[in-house]
Amino acid sequence: MAHSPGVTTVTTEQSDILALARAQVLENGEGLSEAQVLEVLRLPDSVLEELLSLAHEVRMRWCGPEVEVEGIISLKTGGCPEDCHFCSQSGLFDSPVRAAWLDVPMLVEAAKQTAKTGATEFCIVAAVRGPDERLMAQVAAGIAAIKDELDINIACSLGMLTPEQAEALAAMGVHRYNHNLETARSHFAQVVSTHTWEERWETLRLVREAGMEVCCGGIVGMGESLAQRAEFAGQLAALGPDEVPLNFLNPRPGTPFGELEPMSGPDALRAVAAFRLALPRAILRFAGGREITLGDLGARRGLLGGVNAVIVGNYLTTLGRPAEADIDLLGELAMPLKALNDTL
Amino acid sequence: MAAAFCDQCGRSAEAGGHVRCAVRRELEPPRYCAECARRMVVQVTPMGWTARCSRHGEIFSPEGVC
Ligand code: SF4
Ligand SMILES: [Zn+2]
Ligand SMILES: [Zn+2]
Repeated sequence: MAHSPGVTTVTTEQSDILALARAQVLENGEGLSEAQVLEVLRLPDSVLEELLSLAHEVRMRWCGPEVEVEGIISLKTGGCPEDCHFCSQSGLFDSPVRAAWLDVPMLVEAAKQTAKTGATEFCIVAAVRGPDERLMAQVAAGIAAIKDELDINIACSLGMLTPEQAEALAAMGVHRYNHNLETARSHFAQVVSTHTWEERWETLRLVREAGMEVCCGGIVGMGESLAQRAEFAGQLAALGPDEVPLNFLNPRPGTPFGELEPMSGPDALRAVAAFRLALPRAILRFAGGREITLGDLGARRGLLGGVNAVIVGNYLTTLGRPAEADIDLLGELAMPLKALNDTL
Repeated sequence: MAAAFCDQCGRSAEAGGHVRCAVRRELEPPRYCAECARRMVVQVTPMGWTARCSRHGEIFSPEGVC
């Protein structure tokens, strides 16, 4: 790649970590350690393109060119008793988001619209600490109705589970369960006070035990240090999830993190590449906040920098780019949409 | 009818200071009723949104709901 001569000198240490990542991750499929991820996160902008292209090579080598496309829907919005400081759906903050429930016909319609884009994943989300009987019944009815009408993989994200609930969801045909660790263990108490990182970890263990795929990621840009961002990547690698959704903080009005600055584009891209190098085989999904942090070019930059899954259309409470824009981009990049058969 | 209230922050539309609201509106459904400033019940769906004011009824995203 072209560097502007004299602008930045790349030190031996910087080229070393990239050379090492090439040998260790690209050739051998062995993810970077926490300390190595930290070195990557500290790389200067002058080697960002080189880093992104390595992350892209790693993704192509260990995951292939397919992109997994997902739509998400909020079944129960707002009024959550937890206090995750980034979240507009907590009932404890003065956020403009009001509580709402979606009915089953609307849920089925949302699944149909998602499938129409070519997406193979449909994730049903509820803003709760964990599901109660009413929510479990609503989810069961919703999944049955969706499965009646169309073929799509169904994932859920309903908070912390009991062993019985994990079993019940698996029996309903939920193929993947999302539960984010959100941030590094050492930073978690700065982000959430109503439950612990360990409680989240326990739910992830139950999800795997029940036979569902594990989807676990978090949000970067919540005031964590680079060392903590690397720590988080290391903790995710230790968990070994099937999918890692990576969000960038989108500061929500009325929340404790409402006044934080969104991450810079280069920092966000460095995080994407670093997470790919820590997790060479995971489905790495661009989740929320990419529009704010990276603008219109974000999808392209991410998909050429380690990302191999996207959320199309809107998010839970905010709006995304038009789904067609992302689907067209995949065509342009010659990245086929992952087919349903591949994932069943 | 011109909106009396900002659908993002719920303050008077004429009051000024809505620069951030204008930016936010690009990626955010309306949160406050433009006629009475009540907080609305908003449902975002993959391709659209609905927002309901208990007094003034429901509005939909231009592209439809789902
Ligand atoms: S548990 Fe989920 S919905 Fe509730 S406040 Fe935390 S992130 Fe938001
Ligand atoms: Zn306003
Ligand atoms: Zn009204």
